[in-house]
Amino acid sequence: MDQFAINLIFVGGSFLLYIAIAIWARARTTAEFYAAGRGVHPVLNGMATAADWMSAASFISMAGLIAFVGYGNSSYLMGWTGGYVLLALLLAPYLRKFGRFTVPDFIGERFYSRSARLVAVAALLIISLTYVVGQMTGAGVAFSRFLEVDATTGLMIASTVVFVYAVLGGMKGITYTQVAQYVVLIIAYTIPAVFISMQLTGNVLPQLGLFSTHTESGLPLLAKLDQVLLELGFQDYTGHHGSTLNMVLFTLSLMVGTAGLPHVIIRFFTVPKVSDARKSAGWALVFIALLYTVAPAVGSMARLNIISTIYPAGTAAEPIEYAERPDWMRNWEQTGLLAFEDLNGDGRIQYYNAANEEFAATAAERGWAGNEVVTFNQDILVLANPEIAQLPGWVLGLIAAGGLAAALSTAAGLLLAISSAVSHDLIKSTFKPDITEKGELLAARFSMAAAIALATWLGLNPPGFAAQTVALAFGLAASSLFPAIMMGIFSKKMNATGAIVGMLVGLLSTCIYIFTYLGWFFVPGTNMLENTPENWWFGISPLSFGAVGAVLNFAAAYLVLAVTKPAPERIQELVESIRVPRGAGSAAHIAQH
Amino acid sequence: MTLDKSAAKYWKANLRIIWICMSIWALVSIGFGIVLRPLLSGIRFGGTDLGFWFAQQGSILVFVALIFYYTWYMNRLDREYDVDEQ
Repeated sequence: MDQFAINLIFVGGSFLLYIAIAIWARARTTAEFYAAGRGVHPVLNGMATAADWMSAASFISMAGLIAFVGYGNSSYLMGWTGGYVLLALLLAPYLRKFGRFTVPDFIGERFYSRSARLVAVAALLIISLTYVVGQMTGAGVAFSRFLEVDATTGLMIASTVVFVYAVLGGMKGITYTQVAQYVVLIIAYTIPAVFISMQLTGNVLPQLGLFSTHTESGLPLLAKLDQVLLELGFQDYTGHHGSTLNMVLFTLSLMVGTAGLPHVIIRFFTVPKVSDARKSAGWALVFIALLYTVAPAVGSMARLNIISTIYPAGTAAEPIEYAERPDWMRNWEQTGLLAFEDLNGDGRIQYYNAANEEFAATAAERGWAGNEVVTFNQDILVLANPEIAQLPGWVLGLIAAGGLAAALSTAAGLLLAISSAVSHDLIKSTFKPDITEKGELLAARFSMAAAIALATWLGLNPPGFAAQTVALAFGLAASSLFPAIMMGIFSKKMNATGAIVGMLVGLLSTCIYIFTYLGWFFVPGTNMLENTPENWWFGISPLSFGAVGAVLNFAAAYLVLAVTKPAPERIQELVESIRVPRGAGSAAHIAQH
Repeated sequence: MTLDKSAAKYWKANLRIIWICMSIWALVSIGFGIVLRPLLSGIRFGGTDLGFWFAQQGSILVFVALIFYYTWYMNRLDREYDVDEQ
């Protein structure tokens, strides 16, 4: 059977499974559509949260991000997991106790203000829409890579599948498909990693392999990697290069941003009890950690594998001849994601760091005229792993299904966050409060269909800034929503004006800082300062500003509170009732008196 | 003891455990993983130093343990103050 047929079976089979789940898990009430009827087992919700959270970027790009930088990109590992501690300790149980359906719902009720609700809706829409674009384009690319259809057709197929289970099932359908998608993606990610770890270190667990001995050289794996990288003029893998302050702030921004992402928060509305919300966050992190502890192993092992493929007799000897390169390199050259150029005309592939001035003399001595691996897309690492490790074709089929599962599960979660903000916060709570339950359910389905259409359109015509949107999404989640929710729970006296001013200060300061370096609304050429470390304020990169924006949000809110009247008594009572688990589901009624 | 006082005490006990957990959260990631890494560089671990391990694996394991510990602790506290869900 050829590879195309294998991929088709794996991807087609997984899609049929998702659609079968959708038909089984149809939503009949708004509570089912928005929160899966609050009947999801905490362990299953943990699994669904893990799939909801781990996007195409986690699945495909993260190992590469770590592989090509090493220690410096540990921020992604700590940041994207540390946020769950914030969720479990500071947000999830209280939001579950509050017993509503959306994040703006909480902010609007707690701060007794329609304006606060609308600012939160605006922040939610910016965050989730920018995030969903990446997922849709990712799904399209995965389709075109594995199923040999063009990206547009691929995107259309992906949208249709999401349409079926998200419009029919709402949160209920999404939850159970996400559970299935998690299983698909974690198996797909782990199998090649286990084989590579066994080949390089003899360890079945990649998590142990990363810190054990490289069988071939007898050196510790990471020591061996540092050694060969230094011999080729690269930075050592385990060394700390760059600003410590920036790394700290980047890590914190990812942590706080993760905890403030609406599509992640709403997953905790689906469990039956407050104590389940805490437990569920723990399980979510367990399932996420299964991938996030494998990723650094995949990254370092793949980097070492690539170097030993190019320099089969060691870095001191001659590299391989271009004509004798392995098949996986030939395959990926066709995609343009990997490219070689024989700069010195010797028919061999020299791979080294040509930008390192200290290494230039060594390179010249060896007759090298530049780095001949001219393009090396970091996403290849995970996608080509089965080929690099010479695994059978069905593993590649599994990777195809896994990559699509990662993209679709995150897209569906984002689309639900968007559509519930529209049907519940805009239609039901703001413009048409007298809408019936049936009417709202219909509105929710229509909003979902519209959100999918918009996301598909954005996926087909991706705005030029697609690559930078992650910075915006995390920065805004950290600087606007997280502080507002946290103050809503931990500061009884915080009032509407304080929360609104805080959210606006956080939103605007973060947007302005990002736009200063990346261009106004990401339009190239409109940036006021060049995006280089020398120009950054105190060396803080635009990616790291979310944490600063969050601090500004808190500071502005408390300053306003100091000169205005504290929240009214009934709201303070509401906050007290949110703080204790007993009576979950009834807390919000106090506010309506 | 009135109910109000008990609720206030429950919240105080909750804040205390949150502070403890968040301090450990910051210590293993921002601390051992980044800022304090030079101090730990003498402790070798698996071909590199302990700080690298905390940055790429250790902190994640501690995060998982922290959430489950907090969950266990709060379930106990909920029962102790009689505010658990029946």
